[in-house]
Amino acid sequence: MKEFGYQRAFDVSGAVALLDADPDARVLGGGTNLVDLMKTGVERPARLVDVRELPLDKIELTDDGGLRIGATVTNSDLAVHPEVRRRYPALTQAVLAGASGQLRNMATVGGNLLQRTRCGYFADVTKPCNKRVPGSGCPAIEGEHHNHAILGASEHCVATHPSDMGVALTAFDAVVTYETADGPGELPLTEFYLPVGDTPHLETALPPGALITGVTLPPAPVTVLSRYRKVRERASYAFAIGSIAAALDVRDGVVRDVRLAFGAVASRPWRARAAERVLTGAPADAATFAAAADAELAAAEPLPHNAYKVTLMRNLVVAVLTELTEESTR
Amino acid sequence: MTTATTGTTTAKGSVGTAHTRVEGRDKVTGAARYAGEIPFAELAYGWLALSTVARGRIRSMDTAPVLGMPGVLTVLHHQNAPRVDSDYVGMLGVPPDPTAAVFQHDRVPHVGWPVALVVAETSEQAREAAEALVVHYEEEPHDVAFSGEHPDAYPLDAHMPAVTEKGELEPELAASAVVIDAEYTTPEEHHNPMEPHAATALWDGGRLEVVDSNQGTMWVADELAKLLSLDPASVRVRSEHVGGGFGSKGVRAHQVAAVMAATVLQRPVRVVMTRRQMFALAGYRSPTTQRIRLGADTDGRLRALDHRSLSLTSTVHEFIEPSAGVGRVMYDADAHHTANRLVRLDVPTPTWMRAPGEAPGSFALEAALDELAEKCGIDPIELRVRNEPERGPVSGLPFSSRELLTCFREGARRFGWADRDPRPGLRREGRWLLGTGTAAASFPAGAMPSTAAMTAEADGTFTVRINASDIGTGARTALTLIAADALQVAPDRVQVRIGDSDFGPAMIAGGSMGTRSWAWAVTAAADELRQRLALSAGLPPEGITVRSDTSEAIGALAQKERHSFGAQFAEVAVDPAIGEVRVRRMLGIFAAGRIVNPLTARNQFVGGMTWGISMALHEEAVRDQATGGHYGADLAGYHVATHADVPLIEADWVDDPDPDDPVGIKGIGEIGIVGAAAAIANAVWHATGVRHRSLPIRPDRVLAAGGEAVTGAPDA
Repeated sequence: MKEFGYQRAFDVSGAVALLDADPDARVLGGGTNLVDLMKTGVERPARLVDVRELPLDKIELTDDGGLRIGATVTNSDLAVHPEVRRRYPALTQAVLAGASGQLRNMATVGGNLLQRTRCGYFADVTKPCNKRVPGSGCPAIEGEHHNHAILGASEHCVATHPSDMGVALTAFDAVVTYETADGPGELPLTEFYLPVGDTPHLETALPPGALITGVTLPPAPVTVLSRYRKVRERASYAFAIGSIAAALDVRDGVVRDVRLAFGAVASRPWRARAAERVLTGAPADAATFAAAADAELAAAEPLPHNAYKVTLMRNLVVAVLTELTEESTR
Repeated sequence: MTTATTGTTTAKGSVGTAHTRVEGRDKVTGAARYAGEIPFAELAYGWLALSTVARGRIRSMDTAPVLGMPGVLTVLHHQNAPRVDSDYVGMLGVPPDPTAAVFQHDRVPHVGWPVALVVAETSEQAREAAEALVVHYEEEPHDVAFSGEHPDAYPLDAHMPAVTEKGELEPELAASAVVIDAEYTTPEEHHNPMEPHAATALWDGGRLEVVDSNQGTMWVADELAKLLSLDPASVRVRSEHVGGGFGSKGVRAHQVAAVMAATVLQRPVRVVMTRRQMFALAGYRSPTTQRIRLGADTDGRLRALDHRSLSLTSTVHEFIEPSAGVGRVMYDADAHHTANRLVRLDVPTPTWMRAPGEAPGSFALEAALDELAEKCGIDPIELRVRNEPERGPVSGLPFSSRELLTCFREGARRFGWADRDPRPGLRREGRWLLGTGTAAASFPAGAMPSTAAMTAEADGTFTVRINASDIGTGARTALTLIAADALQVAPDRVQVRIGDSDFGPAMIAGGSMGTRSWAWAVTAAADELRQRLALSAGLPPEGITVRSDTSEAIGALAQKERHSFGAQFAEVAVDPAIGEVRVRRMLGIFAAGRIVNPLTARNQFVGGMTWGISMALHEEAVRDQATGGHYGADLAGYHVATHADVPLIEADWVDDPDPDDPVGIKGIGEIGIVGAAAAIANAVWHATGVRHRSLPIRPDRVLAAGGEAVTGAPDA
């Protein structure tokens, strides 16, 4: 692998200064994705700025009753935090559905959002990939794509975002906060990832040199009854082929409030707003749930070998919302 | 017959009682060193550069910039590498795979073909330089498309004839009341031992020393001597601990490349494969397409059995996956036809992988039997009872022993098979549909000539030197117990040394024949040593050493059908709405000779059955048709069962000592995987009513096959 510089930052301003000084520098969190990619030559940073010593490892209640999660909080710490478990159970479930215990002990919240797709063409430097080498082509469209995107993709890239955590955060209206040399900023997670279009190599709306400092979850009573369900090709240690984060508030048989996001179907965690619109105020029954899923999946553009994901997501929506309805009326 | 726990043939002594591995403490504390981590002074590191095209020629290679990179010592390639001689037949009776004879010409026959070795002072420098090496190719169109209808397919004899034919197939099929005609496919599968292939080569006082991870040091030493035209006595290969092999650890490109570099540089050179390189360089199991036709009377008795299997190989070497061989042992029919055919494509050469032939062949045949049972309305076990042959269906030879039905009876009793409702798609538990399935297993039982040396040491202990190979199976421990019993001493007085080609010829760890072959030689040596000790007044300071050679005894074995047998049972849960299949429990009952060490034997069986779960549900190497290379060639992309996928697996055995073996051993290395995938696939049918004839049974395939149809409701 390529030789690289390494510097450890101890405060946010120091980290931002290092990133600002070197456009080829990359942030090192837990290293569970970046280091793998450096070994295989997909990532070749000149410098790593290690942010694990930054004072961003806290989970705190916000004044309005939401939650502020520091960027260097590990997945393991996030999953077991009592307030996360109580207020956002789907977030805990999503985190625990990902990777392995060892990886979760290393991986960080900020790194999770910035992890790269697990598309096998992206990961293999001997093959073309528009995300890795713009303009080289997307072999997945004609080749192997049974676990590629059905929503929001383009003819330039059909890769999916691999995060489980991000799906729950997206459902729960998380806001990403960051720091740059010019000062702080924030982005709703639903606007954090750029549309694929013809620039699949441009993945986030973060300004150059920005350091993610945390994620803020607004208060939302609906999230107390929430669930993350992940479908994968083995029982553990596999990326999703379809996943769902859902929160549901049903009263008197009617959906009062709902949050819904899909994983493994798009280049970003997919907020299912069309489905939410159908659901809100409608009877909480299987017909509504199916209609909501269909509304969201109407935009699906499956490839020859991933059309099953449309059925899969439809069935997941109905199954998980049915379960949540039963729980809420219990 | 009874189970081993109350077995009648278990002699009093060490054999037959559970012993932890003698090297277990070293392994779990890290004291045991593997080939890639043994330190050497002045060690240099080689990194293989592999072709990125599937077919063509190397036009040129920009070595100059690479030679200028930090730490780089040399770049070996087809224009400067030492010449090798690959025109020979090796110890296993086959010519070498030219993939191991690296850097001899400019032709590229597949993606991942070794085109250069970059050697540097550190592993990181070698890797960076190898990946920076620019190779210019003249590319040619490639063909990597494997299908059942390839026009160039041809039959190939290997360790068994390609084709066997008995009786008139078409008339018997026409006269059959019930006919099954189905195509089954299995994908390309990879060994993926935990420990990657690794070798260090050095010249020491005029001798070539290779510290390696392999399944037979003599095998590797013999081939290296022949390839490099060296005196066999001047080559020593050692392989102390091996983190799995499964058939992949023979002579491979990394050893030859390491020897070349050590020769050129005159210093020790280590070459380790990456996981990705293993997908191209370590061999694999060919995909198979198998068509099976069964014709039976209404009572299930077979009139016709036709099993045709197609597998692939590279354009440079022939290796056939003989899947159609399994029926030659298992079931008789008036018309009995089997054929193994091969097609050559622009892909790497496949090789032996745990239960070659039997693993994919049993999936197809045992699934077809299940379909026949369904169609005849007969219990699947009863169907096998009705078709149990008296003699080898093709050979006509008697079986040395065949306790298949004993396995089924014992398995059925323990699994609760009698309570099974044969109708599919009826059992529901929440979102899951439940089903059970069974399948038969078999694997050849054999022994190969081996030599052993045994020393009665002056201090009252015994040292055994045998070129055995413990690839994680517990062979070292098994041989310790066997030597102890043969000498009538406690195991702690016996030290078994293995994995050194200087110990002389012995069988490799392969074909489920290692432990039996070595045990035979150890037993023979012990017998002689005891006689010598009985005659000697005392021990000289150097002790007394005897040598054994089992060539004659094994050559005198009568021709028989010699096999281990087993019965596999599985219970699965299928969520038809999302396509997930989970195995809930498995039971395997085996008749596989005398069991030397119940602890490690159970490991072997359970390991094989676990691999059967992987084979049924997870494993599939995907070849990208456009580039001819793999998609997702790592353990994130190539799924094997995780702990969470492995439920309660029970493995046990019935009494079945081999009457012609001095210890009664048959061999247990491979049979655990045989039939396991079929039992799971049959259980998936029982759960859902849908037959899955292509492995692995992935969620997308369950959904595409209409798992929904059973429930009618998406949220069911």
